[in-house]
Amino acid sequence: MFTQLLAEHFVHTALWAGAVAAVVTGTIGVFVVARGMSFAVHALSELGFTGAAGALVIGIDPVLGILGGSLLVGLVLGLLSLRGRERDSAIGAVLAFGLGLGYLFFSLYQAYANQALNLLFGNILGVSGTELRNLAIVGAVVLVGLALLYRPLLFSSVDPEIAAARGVPLRALSVAIFLLLALTTAEAIQVVGVLLVLALVITPAAAAQRLTGRPTLALLLSVGIALVSTEGGILLSLAKPWPTSFFITSLSFAAYVAARIVDWNRGRQSRLISRPPRRTWAVR
Amino acid sequence: MSVVTVEDLALHFGDRTLFAGLRFELEPGELLAVLGPNGTGKTSLLRILLGLLAPSAGRVEVAGCPPRERCHRIGYVPQQRVFDRDVALRGRDLVRLGLDGHRWGFGRFRPEDRARVDDSLAEVGATAYADAPIGRLSGGEQQRLRVAQALVADPVLILADEPLLSLDLAHQRGVVDLLDARRQSAGTPVLFVTHDVNPVLHTVDRVLYLAPGRWAVGTPDEVLTSATLTRLYGTDVDVLRVRGRVVVVGTPDDQHVHHVENGH
Repeated sequence: MFTQLLAEHFVHTALWAGAVAAVVTGTIGVFVVARGMSFAVHALSELGFTGAAGALVIGIDPVLGILGGSLLVGLVLGLLSLRGRERDSAIGAVLAFGLGLGYLFFSLYQAYANQALNLLFGNILGVSGTELRNLAIVGAVVLVGLALLYRPLLFSSVDPEIAAARGVPLRALSVAIFLLLALTTAEAIQVVGVLLVLALVITPAAAAQRLTGRPTLALLLSVGIALVSTEGGILLSLAKPWPTSFFITSLSFAAYVAARIVDWNRGRQSRLISRPPRRTWAVR
Repeated sequence: MSVVTVEDLALHFGDRTLFAGLRFELEPGELLAVLGPNGTGKTSLLRILLGLLAPSAGRVEVAGCPPRERCHRIGYVPQQRVFDRDVALRGRDLVRLGLDGHRWGFGRFRPEDRARVDDSLAEVGATAYADAPIGRLSGGEQQRLRVAQALVADPVLILADEPLLSLDLAHQRGVVDLLDARRQSAGTPVLFVTHDVNPVLHTVDRVLYLAPGRWAVGTPDEVLTSATLTRLYGTDVDVLRVRGRVVVVGTPDDQHVHHVENGH
């Protein structure tokens, strides 16, 4: 049964779609985590859902609705370029309204209930060849964007004050990262669904930064964890017919827990040999 | 030739005048301490020199060029701000950002750049912890790395904005000595904003004192006197010298807290 499924075309498409989504989400995740934008990812994905619902109401492709919804919100949040608590409350307010609106759209068109479920929780095994191609195009745009912006983005994420003093355009970068994040979210929604986007954007990067202080290694680890989670999740769901999204989120969460344990253990060992923790890092 | 030229500089926020007619020059190798209570424009002056803020009037040049054009590298050491414990960044990455963090793209780390980063780390004595995640270093260690980051690009000028805040005395001395060593070895002038002149008193050449609406510039012995500060504040201020330390008594500081500078 399992080996038969492995030969199926739709499984190959799913594996490719998962790989594309994992590389893109794992990469942008390190910037999202460094900038403390986890909550914004939530907002972008849930308003993507509102966009999809709106698209169904007016009879266009829901993927366009997702893109439109997340891009609009990304642009607004990026332009506001708020920090800390103010940003949290602004996002919370927008998010609640957007979800309510999405619920209205779906109550108007109940015929799409199944599609709504897919958007919320994802249906990677149902990705078509055309959808895979679109995923790859969006993914390539995001990766090229991140590569071009890499150094100023890293600079402004970890050290905004000095970056500004050096002439790095903080607001333009804020808008850029929000737009790239909106594209990424729109892409990940189709793989794991709205509510589980965090599993691919936040969790791998959060685990990676527990494991290393090297920016490039953190990026590679983040992509690696995202890849193992999606591909492993798809394969597991072939062996046992539970939802793929469940397996993907479980694997990425397991990686996060493992990373915390490794980090905690490292700290404990360095305390046991009665040195400050940083010294063991320095020797490493 | 002076590195910094400031002529008739004025800065207003609404109908509030932070300073007007400000005029001073900074010679190579000179250390100028900028003193004064909160809200008198000390940080704003730095932001003007960095090209981040346009003055209301007057002329500013850094090595013969308006700061907004960014012709020259300026080393900037900010207040100590603790990094996130988990941020994926090592000390050497922070220093490298000072070299090429403003450039587009991923960037190749050339051997000569690596050598410059290593030299800077060694200069501030941070080699031992250069590979540790920066969020797990102490405040003093982080601030040494900030100095390395400011020095790595061979700046024409160093601007330091309360770099000693929340550091213990040993680390305060360490940071001051590092900046002092660079200005003596490379002749890089330093503009040092501080609310307490004592940690830099032994090395300072001149003082710019910004009081609400008035200012004075000169050697510490000229500016840090009861007569000068009484004139600046328009109220009786006593400057005492106690065991080589300067103690200022009677400034109406409290009234000027939480004004403009907190708004940035």
